Amino acid sequence: MKKIHVSTTVNGENVEYLCDPRETVLDVLRDRLNLTGAKEGCGTGDCGACSVTVDDRLVCSCLMLGVEAEGKNIATVEGMATGEKLHPLQKKFIEYAALQCGICTPGILVAAKSLLEKNPDPTETEVRYWLAGNLCRCTGYDKIIRAVMDTAADMREAS
Amino acid sequence: MQYHSPTSFEDAAALAAEATGVTRFLAGGTDVLVQLRADITTPDTLIDIKKIPNVQAISRSDDGGWTIGVAVSGAEMREHKELGQDWPGLVEAMDLIGSTQVQGRATLVGNLCNGSPAADSVPAMVAAGASVSVTGPQGTRQVPVADIPVSPGRTSLVQGEVISAVHIPARGSNAGDAYLRFIPRTEMDIAVVGCAINVELDSNGIITQARVSLGAVAPTVLLVPEAADAIIGSALDDGALDKLAKAASAACNPISDKRGTVEFRTHVAGVLAKRAAKIAYARAQGENT
Repeated sequence: MKKIHVSTTVNGENVEYLCDPRETVLDVLRDRLNLTGAKEGCGTGDCGACSVTVDDRLVCSCLMLGVEAEGKNIATVEGMATGEKLHPLQKKFIEYAALQCGICTPGILVAAKSLLEKNPDPTETEVRYWLAGNLCRCTGYDKIIRAVMDTAADMREAS
Repeated sequence: MQYHSPTSFEDAAALAAEATGVTRFLAGGTDVLVQLRADITTPDTLIDIKKIPNVQAISRSDDGGWTIGVAVSGAEMREHKELGQDWPGLVEAMDLIGSTQVQGRATLVGNLCNGSPAADSVPAMVAAGASVSVTGPQGTRQVPVADIPVSPGRTSLVQGEVISAVHIPARGSNAGDAYLRFIPRTEMDIAVVGCAINVELDSNGIITQARVSLGAVAPTVLLVPEAADAIIGSALDDGALDKLAKAASAACNPISDKRGTVEFRTHVAGVLAKRAAKIAYARAQGENT
């Protein structure tokens, strides 16, 4: 099958790749760009483990084709830390032990970051609804929600 | 699979008309790509319509109505304050679909063309009296949303036709809409019953016009004129509400499945009709609900 040339931006860097039109953004990130933070859980948009933002909009990268990324701005979990300096959400997730196996964590971090950029002062209900598309089978969610709420409070204080 | 990204609906329609095998149009992809990845439907021709100008636009028409581009996502509708003020029922129906991630991509037209009788946004569009532009080899025509679904998973569109815009009428004064659905949990589920109601009142609070639409209780989304007639001419008193519930239940022709039995769906349709009517009526009176 004829491969299609795509130019896009991932975590602020210009990247180009050739992909089959059936390949998803998730396939491209993991298999062509070696960015393995986004995970494939279900592959059908139910679990959120593959969450990334595209032009600042939270999406499942398994439900977007690689060819659709032309000219877009993609952000993944790999772009959250600045060098060795973790994003406040990442630090707080460690502090709260808001992860166990870690498969869902990159998607939840990306989703939570996207929430706090839109809404720096969410209620617990708003956090729970926003993250309803990110499944975690380990933690029971409570630590995740508390970590996000506490990060939001810290970030509001710092700003 | 051939991938195309035309820059006009005429070109998109021409590509589809000439294609052989299975053709799918791609906007948000939240159904098309799920079917592709689950090996349910692998299109031979995939036509991405997002390179066409204005598909991402929400704009107010000269008559006060709205034109919503076919690639506008649920999240974009939700963030559009004026659209939400005019048509809160339509916006909340779309907003009920899927997760935040799905909302980032899912579209009204995708929900419509997927053809599910349980599609949340479709009863809301039908109640609103929405229509769609259909572009095909013979040009573009307007079709009421209610005439698009014909059976589960099937639409009235023929090969070479593509929906090119959604048109929502002008809101008018003293008018309001609402959508409610029943699901067994609080989020992230498919409607067991959905009900959208749109009403217009006169200055005395009497309902002069109404449209009632039900989802998930028949092979297609239903427009139920008998249910509208039950409340037209009333101020939504208890007697009118009871007649409304009866007419809504009487219109149901559902299946029994793991989500709900025939009896349950039929009963809940009446209950939701009453509740949605009260919300739509309050909104028509200017209450912010």
